[in-house]
Parts: sequence; C-alpha cells; structure tokens
Amino acid sequence: MKNQGIIVKVSGPLVVAKGLAGTDMYELVRVGTLGLFGEVIEIRGERFSIQVYEETGGIGPGEPVVPTSAPLTVELGPGLVTSIFDGIQRPLDRLRVKFGDFVIRGAEAAPLDRTKKWHFIPLKKAGDKVVRGDIIGTIPETPIIEYRVMVPPGYEGTLREISEKEATLEEPVAMVNTSEGEKAITLLQKWPVRTPRPVKKRLIPCAPLVTGQRVLDTLFPIAKGGTACVPGPFGSGKTVVQHQLAKWADADLIVYVGCGERGNEMTDVLIEFPELIDPRSGRPLIERTILVANTSNMPVAAREASVFTGITMAEYYRDMGYSVALMADSTSRWAEAMREMSGRLEEMPGEEGYPAYLASRLASFYERAGRVICEGSDDREGSLSVIGAVSPPGGDLSEPVVQATLRVVKVFWGLDDKLAGQRHFPAINWLASYSLYQELVDRYCTEKIDQYWAKNRREAMAVLKREAELEELVRLVGMDALSIQDRLLLEAAKMIREDFLHQNAYDPVDTYTSFPKQFKLLQLILGFYHVSYQAITVGVELEDILKLPVRNEIPRAKFIPEGQIDKIEALRQRMKAAIDALKPSGENS
Amino acid sequence: MRKEYLTVENIVGPLMLVQEVSGVSFAEIAEIILPDGGIRHGQVLEINEDKALVQVFEGTSGLTPGEVRVKFLGKGLQLGLSRDIVGRMFNGFGRVIDGGPPIIPEKYSDVNGVPINPEARDYPNEFIQTGISTIDVLNTLVRGQKLPIFSGSGLPHSRLAAQIARQAKVLKTGEQFAVVFAAMGITFEEAQFFMNEFEKTGALERAVLFINLANDPPIERIAVPRMALTAAEYLAYELGMHILVILTDMTNYCEALREISAARKEVPSRRGYPGYLYTDLSMIYERAGRIKGKSGSITQMPILTMPEDDKTHPIPDLTGYITEGQILLSRMLHNEGIYPPVDVLPSLSRLKDKGIGKGKTREDHAGVMNQLYAAYAKGKAAKEIAVVLGESALTPLDIMYVKFSEQFEKEFIGQGEGENRDIIASLTIGWKLLGMLPATELKRVKQEFIDEYYPSKQL
Ligand SMILES: Nc1ncnc2c1ncn2[C@@H]1O[C@H](COP(=O)(O)OP(=O)(O)OP(=O)(O)O)[C@@H](O)[C@H]1O
Ligand SMILES: [Mg+2]
Repeated sequence: MKNQGIIVKVSGPLVVAKGLAGTDMYELVRVGTLGLFGEVIEIRGERFSIQVYEETGGIGPGEPVVPTSAPLTVELGPGLVTSIFDGIQRPLDRLRVKFGDFVIRGAEAAPLDRTKKWHFIPLKKAGDKVVRGDIIGTIPETPIIEYRVMVPPGYEGTLREISEKEATLEEPVAMVNTSEGEKAITLLQKWPVRTPRPVKKRLIPCAPLVTGQRVLDTLFPIAKGGTACVPGPFGSGKTVVQHQLAKWADADLIVYVGCGERGNEMTDVLIEFPELIDPRSGRPLIERTILVANTSNMPVAAREASVFTGITMAEYYRDMGYSVALMADSTSRWAEAMREMSGRLEEMPGEEGYPAYLASRLASFYERAGRVICEGSDDREGSLSVIGAVSPPGGDLSEPVVQATLRVVKVFWGLDDKLAGQRHFPAINWLASYSLYQELVDRYCTEKIDQYWAKNRREAMAVLKREAELEELVRLVGMDALSIQDRLLLEAAKMIREDFLHQNAYDPVDTYTSFPKQFKLLQLILGFYHVSYQAITVGVELEDILKLPVRNEIPRAKFIPEGQIDKIEALRQRMKAAIDALKPSGENS
Repeated sequence: MRKEYLTVENIVGPLMLVQEVSGVSFAEIAEIILPDGGIRHGQVLEINEDKALVQVFEGTSGLTPGEVRVKFLGKGLQLGLSRDIVGRMFNGFGRVIDGGPPIIPEKYSDVNGVPINPEARDYPNEFIQTGISTIDVLNTLVRGQKLPIFSGSGLPHSRLAAQIARQAKVLKTGEQFAVVFAAMGITFEEAQFFMNEFEKTGALERAVLFINLANDPPIERIAVPRMALTAAEYLAYELGMHILVILTDMTNYCEALREISAARKEVPSRRGYPGYLYTDLSMIYERAGRIKGKSGSITQMPILTMPEDDKTHPIPDLTGYITEGQILLSRMLHNEGIYPPVDVLPSLSRLKDKGIGKGKTREDHAGVMNQLYAAYAKGKAAKEIAVVLGESALTPLDIMYVKFSEQFEKEFIGQGEGENRDIIASLTIGWKLLGMLPATELKRVKQEFIDEYYPSKQL
C-alpha cells in the first residue's frame, strides 16, 4: 500500500496534495472523501499537483488523496463498438440508466459490460506457439466488426487450452504456458492512454482514405494512416466535414471524439448513425463507430484526457489489422484544456498563454497515426488516420494551435469564412489548402481509376488559380478587359466550383461521391472547357455555347446516383455534340 | 454556530484573502459581515492550506481588513425553487426584489448546474414561430436551441428580443410557456422597457426575472445567468414547461469575468479575457436543450453587444463557437430605418433544417429560404459592382436583382414592431418578392412549388 496523501490546495480542476511520496507521475488517484478520479500531473518536492476529472466544488484541504498504483487506462474488449463514452471512458449510456439524465459527480460504471456473453471462435489450437499480438480467435462484435482476440504482452508461450465458447469479458478463453507459468487470456485488456501501443514496423502510407467528399478526394486527399487538420472560424463547417468523414470514409472503424464541443452534435450522431447505412457493408454506420463525448460543459481535465482515450481505442482496432480513422472535434478545445491546467500550475506561459509543450503534445498525438505492420506473427497491416478540427480565435490562422498543428500534419483543409458566407460548402479554400499525399494518391488513382486522374486534377487547380488572377484584374479594370478565352475560363472555373467542389452534405445523393464518379464529373466539366475552347477558336460565340440547353444538365450531373454514372459519360458526349454543332461546317471534329 | 473569521489579510479588486481558515472548501459561499451589520456575499475561488481567496459579489469597496468578519456557509451557491418563482423578480443573487413575499422553496439547487448526459439529449427540431420573417423563414429557431443576437451599442436588440418573447409560440397549442429573463449590467431604462413590454402583454405573470442593473455590483453578474438557468431547468425539466431564456447583455457578463481574472493576475488569452472564457460560456450556453422523455425545453437567446461591431472580438467569437448559429444586427439597415435590422447574410440558424418543411412549416420552405438568400446575396453583390463600376456595368438581369434586394429589405426584413407575421404570411411575402424575378431564375426551388406558389402576374 502506498501512502495516503492529504489535500492542501484546491483551485478549480487542480488539486495539490502532500504526503504522496511513492506515487508516480501520471498515476491515477482518488481525491477527497467523494473519491473523485484525478491524475498526478506535476511533482514538486512534496507537493503533488493533480488534475481532477470532475467538479471540485465542496472539496477542501484536509481531505484524503488515495493512490491507485495505476496510470489512467482504458478498457479494451468487445463492446466498445457502438458505445459512447466520456473523456475518461465512462459509458454514457449505462451512466444514464444508473444515474439519470445528468452526468452527476461521482457517477461510476465500468466502461464495458461485465455480464454480457460473447461468442468466442478460436483460430488457434492447443499446442500452438503464440507471440505477442497473435490473433487467437474472433468474436462477432457487431455484424460488421469482427473482434480479434490478441495475445497481450507477457503472454507469449504455448497454448494449453482453447475452445469455442460463450464467455464474459472476465472469463478465460485460452490458457497459455508462459515462461512465468500458466496464464489465462480473457477478453478484457487494459492499456494506459498516454502510452502509444507498440507496433512491429511503421510504413509509409500507400492508399487514399476515400471520403466521398469531392474537394477532399480529388484536390486534397488524405492517405490511410495519414494526418489532416481542418481549421476554420465558427460556422465554417468543421463539424460537418468531420461528420461526413465519420459517415463515408472507407475505414473499417471510426472513432469520433467530440472534445469540448456541443452536446447536440453528439446527439445528432447518436440519432443519425443507427439509421444511416454504410454503403460498403449495407449495415448501419453505428456498427463500425465508437464515440467519445466530452462536451464543452463537461469537466476540462476529462476533456484533456478524451483524445488519448479515443486514440488508444483506435490503436487497439488498428492492431487487429483494421484501417481505423479517428476524428477529433476540436483539438483547440483540447489545447485550451491544457492551457487551463498549465495556468493553474503557474507554469511559464508560451504564446497566448499556451504551455511551452503545446507543440510537442500535439505532435505526439498526431504521431500515433500511421500505417503499420502490427505485432503478431502474421505481419498483418493496420492503419490509423487522424483528422483534427482546429478552432482558431477569430479565424486567425497565425495562432499557436493552428501553427503547431500545421507543423505535424500532412494535409491542411483550410475553411474559409467568406466561402461559408456565400454558402459554398464544404467551405474549403482551394487556393490555401494542400495535401502532401497528392503524389501517392495520384499514382494510386492513375492506376486504379483512370490514367487521366492526375492530369485532370492539375488542370482543375490551374483553372482555379487562373480564375483568382483574372478576378483581381476584373476588379481593377472591369470585365471588358478580358479576352473571350479568359471569359470561357471563368465559366469553367465557376462550373468547377459550383458543380464539382460544392457538395451538399444533406442531400441523399450528393452527400457521397465515389472516386469513379468524381473522375467522371470533373472529366465532364473539363470536357466542356476543352470543346468550348476549340469552338471559340474557330469563331463560335461564347454566348451561344452558354445558351445551349445541354449546359443546364451539367449542374444536375452530381445528383446522378452512383449506380448510373454511365449517364455522366453519355451527357459528356451529348454536350460535345451540341457544341460541335455550333461550329461552322467543315470545322467539326 | 459557524466560525467567523476576522482574518482578512488583503483586498485586491473584487477579491479578498482570508487567512487561518480551516474546514473551508472550494466554491463555498461566504457571508461577509460589515461593522454596521451589513452583509455581502462571496465565493471561494481558491483554497490553499489555510488561505481562502474569496470573490465578493457585491464588490469590496468600503471593506477594511480587520474590520469585516467572514463566515463560510458550508455550501455552494444555491437558488431556492418552487412553482411560485413564476411571475417574480429577483436580484442577481436570487433575492426577491419586487416587494412581494419571499419564496418558500421546495428545493435548493446548486446554480452551476450539472451537464446533461449527451445520451439523454433529444435533438431540437420543433419550429418556434417568432412572427419575424427573417427569423422564421431564413434563420428558423427551434425548441431547445441556443441562438444569440449579435448586436452593437445603440441597435434595437432589446426591442427585437422583447418582440420575440411576446410573439414566440409553437404551432401546437395547450403547452405551458414561460420566459426567464436575466439582465446583466443593462440600464434601468432598458430593464424598464422589458418590464413594461412584459406587463403590457400579460407576459409578466409567466416570467421569472433576474435583474442586475448597470449600477448594481458588477461581480454579481457572474451569478446572474446561472441563477436564471437554474430556474429555467427547474421549470423545464421538473415542471414540464417550455422556457425561453433571454440573457442580456453577455458582454457585461464577460467583462465581470475579466475583472476577476485580472485581479487574480492570470495569464490572459486574447484582449485580456481569461483563457477559460470558452469553457465558462459553454457552461451557460450548453444549458439549453431538450431531454428525452421530458416534456419541457430550454431555448436560449443570449444578447451581446459586439465591441466596435467586431464579430471576431473574443465575446462574439467564443459565443459563436458554442451556440447553434447567430442573428446579426446591421448598423447600416438600422440607419436606413429598417426594423428589425437583421443582417441576413451572416446570420445563420444551424438547426433550421430540422425544424422546417412539410408537417412543420410548409413544403416549399427550404426552397424559398435558399432562393431568397441567394437572390438577396446576388442583388447586394450587383449593387456593390454598380458602386465601383457604375450602373452601366449591370445587365438587365442584374438590375432586377438590385431592385429585388432593395424591396426585400423594405418588405421582408422590415416589419412593424407590433407586427406578428405567421409563417404562411412570411412565406407569402417571400413569394411575392421572388415574383420580381423571372421564374427561370428560381433554381433553388423545385418546379412543383414554382407552379404552385409563383405569383402568376409579374409585379
Ligand atoms: N457540406 C455542407 N453542406 C451543407 N451545409 C453545410 C455544409 N457544411 C457546413 N454547412 C452549414 O454550415 C453550418 C455550420 O457548420 P459546422 O457546424 O460544421 O461549423 P463549425 O465549423 O463546426 O463551427 P463551430 O466551430 O462553431 O463548431 C451547418 O450547420 C450547415 O448549415
Ligand atoms: Mg463545430
């Protein structure tokens, strides 16, 4: 038993205690007579600073602090998928059953249900040698997610007993003879949230994470195992982007962390996801989703923990060999939680009051993303992609959280207040955003989708860049200064913006676009540009082209359902024929 | 008998350090007893060994160390609640100030509230008709939403809020509705204006008022919205009433918070406001909502005046990051004599889509909304071009849009302060204005609705 300490100071979520000698940094402790959970975050001589995960009103000096001898851990086991947890993995659904509609202080429930029986199907047999990370059996956790039971660290050896059975989390499903004697493997495992789970090898990402969002996939793609950030002022569409990714990204499993944001947004997910159907599996999206909700009005220390809780669960499924994607909305609120604790610790502040270690903390979070060879003898591959929203004050991208984030992530989706004001959604600024995975995705898509994928993308970007230059010119001297070619280019740019980049998240068809359809749509618009360009070169009036009825069909093309994308190609042919028909005879190609 | 301490060591701004205390806990409430017997109230902001840092709600002026006695009450800040609070007026500290009898509480609740379990929330989707076209058609308010008014000094936000409080109703009948009104640092005149408004319409009988005026203690403003929301939660979740909470002016609230933070010498974030302003505000705004299985609801309409009309100032900025949209008022429209001067383009109700359409308002609502918005944006843009390059730069179609936008400001945005337009009336005005444009221009409305609602004769 370690020493019990006593509280000497309480300042909001920070409690300082003495008499805890022997307690470790980041050890979990129980604070006060109420036994609230807290974590040691600084040790200065005999003063131990503790961040407390619940409200500290009514707690005072003299009350006890009891060490638990363990760091903050999460429970890992079947039952995580479809669940919703708070920042320290309390199960919100079961808390509600036990304690009612409000998250009252001191409410406790085990993260995973101890009574539920799971059907264990062995993949190994007695006598097999197993090493850390080996999959010894599976459980149908949800109709889409096959839970894979892995050998935990320290359980290497020879299987003595393993059989198909119904087991609760705590009942052994296999016995192993290890060098330290016989050990039982149960379905329940634990892992400290601040320690990344080990992998055998890290790899460079090689495939895109398909999001179904045209501006992302075509212009600024993210790779499976990659990192991205979505900064933007309030109301610019960060949460909608994150929700869209959670809905449509082609990951096997989604971990969605609502970190210091609105309660209603989590409710939205809870209501929608059981009803929305995953286009790949045909099953409700919730069956591949884990939710972490520590809303803005829930305790800030638990908010600080929430992203680690989320990413540890995500890593666990990655280790099973899945491609996992984690969304954190918003990392700024997480950084603010750190700032608040740092301020109370009276640490030397860095920029705007953020602690000096802001950048390194952010980096260590995003570094947990990646494509990896998982532990275990089968060398299976897993990936974890991380997408963080950033909420800069006043939309000012020069602030510390955005800047520190940009130094580590590979994709920048910059949301623009002006575009949002024009209701151009997703309001991603195509001139400022970038993806460092572009080349790899170009290569992938050139091979898998179409040889012109990269060429089209480059041309679309070039048209948009030129549009910006021309607009500047128009502002200075008016439309009259433009050549007919320039005016055609402006039309093409407008079509790229309105008929391709603009995507309505709330339209049942428009909400998701596959890669092949994205390609066809862009091909259609660029086709219009090319054919028209030829036509005006041989004397066709631009106005006559713009008046063609077939042109009104182009904006409708994005609403053509996935199953009928041949219609887009047919439209392209019709469009070409109609424009060619305007040419003086003899010029038809 | 609780111990009284004579050990006030120092007094800095609204804060007081009391020495040699024991058994005091964080967030505990204290009574400060003056030599003349007067009593002020404080709350423990930090307790370090035997030293308690106390914020004094009524301010510290006139307090002298060694002369005042401090008594810690062993509990947090609470409000006494019963059905009888409806129709009554309280000060910022929850004491009756209308001259009536004291409330005999059925229960006491801690004013800080407890977060709603996100699992327990029900999504806001019930249309509230405010009778104001720019809100009902373009920025629809739904029950359980938090939708602030971003205003500027001198703009008629109070009149707008009072009109909303007076007119707001859901299209269902027979439900209990009440207003909880929290005034923070507003002038006597403004407060009186609200009171008269409520009185005129009989709303006073179903209102609960918490009043802290400009000349009342500033630090008390930190307690006011918490008191108001505690009352609202009681009425909504325990008595099943639908509550509209008006909080005005949140800018004064934030300034009180800044004052405390400065006195504590905390490292400030932007413009001197504390780094935890976001969290603090969210503890207020997130207390709007609906809960599954409960009939009541809390809809919030905070009002704030943007310093220098600047939307990126930390107060509107952090508010916008928490609320579900915002109604912006425009000084330009106001100067042109248009009431209510709602700046349509930057205003947004994020929950609008869930509250409109067939069965809620009318089937063409979404289309009309998008079309009016787009057409007005286009008209305004054309007008700007005309300013730079002259009228001649406009096409005949552009000119139609300019005319549309001018008429839109007069007839759609503008309406009488006593004018309560039902949603059908608002949509009808919308269609009448859309009639100024050729039907082929109405790309955001479905053809079937154009066939049904587009005015047959051009105006
Ligand atoms: N792709 C989209 N399609 C349609 N509407 C959208 C889209 N993206 C955003 N919007 C609109 O913008 C509003 C604000 O978006 P969102 O809630 O994602 O903003 P945010 O950046 O997360 O803001 P905050 O920082 O305040 O949380 C939405 O309610 C919706 O009306
Ligand atoms: Mg958001």
